Amino acid sequence: MTMLRHAAVIATKDLRSELRTKESINSTLSFSVVILLLFAFAFDPSPDMIAEFGGGLLWIVFVFAGALIVNRSFARELPNDCIDVLVSSPASGASLFLGKALASFVLLAGVECICLPAFGILYNVTWWRSLGGLIGVLALGTWSMACVGTFFSALTVNLRLRELMLPMLMYPILIPSLLSAMMLTNTLLTGQPIPSDFTVWLRLLIGFNIIFTTLSVYLAETVLVR
Amino acid sequence: MSGPAVAAAGVWKYFGDYPALRDVRFELGEGECLALLGRNGAGKTTLLRILAGLSGASKGGVAIDGGDVRASATRARVGWLGHSIGLYDELSARENLRTFGALYGVKAATISEWLERVNLSHVADAPVREYSRGMRQRLAVARAFLHGPRLLLLDEPFTSLDDKAIALLQGLLAAARADGATIILSTHQIREAMELASLVALLDRGKLVHYGERTTEMLNDPGYLYRTYGSAA
Repeated sequence: MTMLRHAAVIATKDLRSELRTKESINSTLSFSVVILLLFAFAFDPSPDMIAEFGGGLLWIVFVFAGALIVNRSFARELPNDCIDVLVSSPASGASLFLGKALASFVLLAGVECICLPAFGILYNVTWWRSLGGLIGVLALGTWSMACVGTFFSALTVNLRLRELMLPMLMYPILIPSLLSAMMLTNTLLTGQPIPSDFTVWLRLLIGFNIIFTTLSVYLAETVLVR
Repeated sequence: MSGPAVAAAGVWKYFGDYPALRDVRFELGEGECLALLGRNGAGKTTLLRILAGLSGASKGGVAIDGGDVRASATRARVGWLGHSIGLYDELSARENLRTFGALYGVKAATISEWLERVNLSHVADAPVREYSRGMRQRLAVARAFLHGPRLLLLDEPFTSLDDKAIALLQGLLAAARADGATIILSTHQIREAMELASLVALLDRGKLVHYGERTTEMLNDPGYLYRTYGSAA
């Protein structure tokens, strides 16, 4: 219970800081909308094409935008050595990790809430036909990005080339979750429910989240205390 | 309490092959104030970081009240003030104290009280980035004292404070000590440190070359300690 309370304090603080500075949200939103716009003009895709690569396009946008957000997660603590004060507080490494992952999740979800309607307008996609399923898949895929990204953000926070190192470490690990999220999103964008032979992707996505959340919570203390 | 307030048992810390701390051993009783002195690079900050649980010892170990420094209950009793202020520039003083206070279970009334004590209540809702250096340092002091810590670990606490703020901090430290808190402070401002200290430790290239009571000679002559126990001695 205390761990969740501490995590909520950290998440609230991160979201408040981000709302004040808009450091990552501005760059992330402009980047995402520009990518969607460029692809729409470059390919002028038909509904059949969208059914084939719509999910992939959306997740390309989300994953690159996500790197910008999670990169700030622990980097936000560097000015004035705030990370030291957090690590020396009674909040455990696990609660720091969970709080930061939660804040990244909320920010990523906010970007997705803006990108999805923009995607619908630019690509003429009625994406809300399987809204419940789509929200579920987006939430699972977004949590995997927030979780893995926050963990590697903690690991790379003191590196000089952390902006370079974070995507290099994060993207290969995220491949199974992104692949699952993309396959499921493709299906859901056509308005169809998830077919039975696709449940393996859903199980993979859920399994990925369980494994990496558990690992990150378990290893957070070791990563933060050097 | 099941042991000395602070105990370091054969602490070594390596950065690569370089030993930043070499077999540091000491015990500090409750209510003592230890001035941790040494030249730049002597290992003062490294030792304080290990005691605060921010870094692990390569060999040996430290204990606070006989317990693990990384235990949540132990950390709740420790106040840390490092080289930097450890505050968020984009948040106000009140928001900063509220955030850190929430991690220690501090009540809102205590936060207002501390803002008053460090003379920042009139600017409590302005972002910290708009504060002068001295104001930021005073807020950092409030943040470190906020939860009534039983052990205060202070790394260069007098840096960038004006005379008034130094007097304020010295008053707070004296009050904390009178209340039974244990204090370890590292500093280059020997005179201020000696006025507060009951014990003095001198680190020289990672080795504890002197550990003992503060004497009148140390209080009257700031160079005495280095001349007597330093590497040039």
